[in-house]
Amino acid sequence: MSIPLSWFIILATVLFGIGAFGVLIRRNVLIMFMCVELMLNAANLALVGFSRELKDVGGEATVFFVLVVAAAEVVVGLGIVVAIFRRRRSAVADELSEMGG
Amino acid sequence: MSLLATVTLPDLAIFILGAALCVTGALGIILTKNPVHAALSLVMTLFGIAVLFIELQADFLAAVQIIVYAGAIVVLFLFVIMFLGVDKEEDLSIEPIVAQRPLAAILVTALMASIVALGFIGHFEVGPPSQTAALTGGGGNVADLGKAVFTTYLFAFEATAGLLVIAVIGAVVLARRSGDDEGSDAMLMEELS
Repeated sequence: MSIPLSWFIILATVLFGIGAFGVLIRRNVLIMFMCVELMLNAANLALVGFSRELKDVGGEATVFFVLVVAAAEVVVGLGIVVAIFRRRRSAVADELSEMGG
Repeated sequence: MSLLATVTLPDLAIFILGAALCVTGALGIILTKNPVHAALSLVMTLFGIAVLFIELQADFLAAVQIIVYAGAIVVLFLFVIMFLGVDKEEDLSIEPIVAQRPLAAILVTALMASIVALGFIGHFEVGPPSQTAALTGGGGNVADLGKAVFTTYLFAFEATAGLLVIAVIGAVVLARRSGDDEGSDAMLMEELS
């Protein structure tokens, strides 16, 4: 018998939690970005798990589109990081506080 | 579908391997001081996810996962890390905001506990199997996925083409050196050299 869905859901939850924790505690913009990718992957894992359980191709098609959107997001996000670094010489989120009160 | 169903040994071994790769890599991302090491930990996690995709019989997605994520996205991350020269060690012992880490830990634990609790309340039951978009399973689902993408999801598929073009143009515009920026770019180059 193959691995039950519950194991994949719990693993995806753990990965999502680690990613969310990383976004909350790290200050380097690039590392926060990597943690966002980690959360996306956790969601992908859950989607493929449900897709297998329901024997439905919709979950896998959604993961395919998530991959495309993630690629586009990384390209634009890293472009923004480079543009900010050009102006501010910093990739630390806490130092980008001009709009803060 | 209970938590402690009987599983065959190869399935269990592959799951444990994939899960160990994922969790080790994920912890590596948030605990290493050097961004380059974090990017390499991200590769480890993505590889673990690909292993789990194969275990879930999503062969095509496992291949795409390796090609797109490990092959393109992480390389892009490494390019930017090297280009910006931010591959310095970061001191993780400083906590910039008071009680940031305990609060984050509490929030994330609550999030994870609520998701797992919801799963157990529902006994991880899902609905009846799909009738309209069934997977044939057993390695033949590349054809199913292809059919779905080019029929049901055709509009979304075409829209992703536009999305990628917009993303590429946006990245070029953002990272381009504009005319009035020449001075600061020269400074940046001096700093980097």
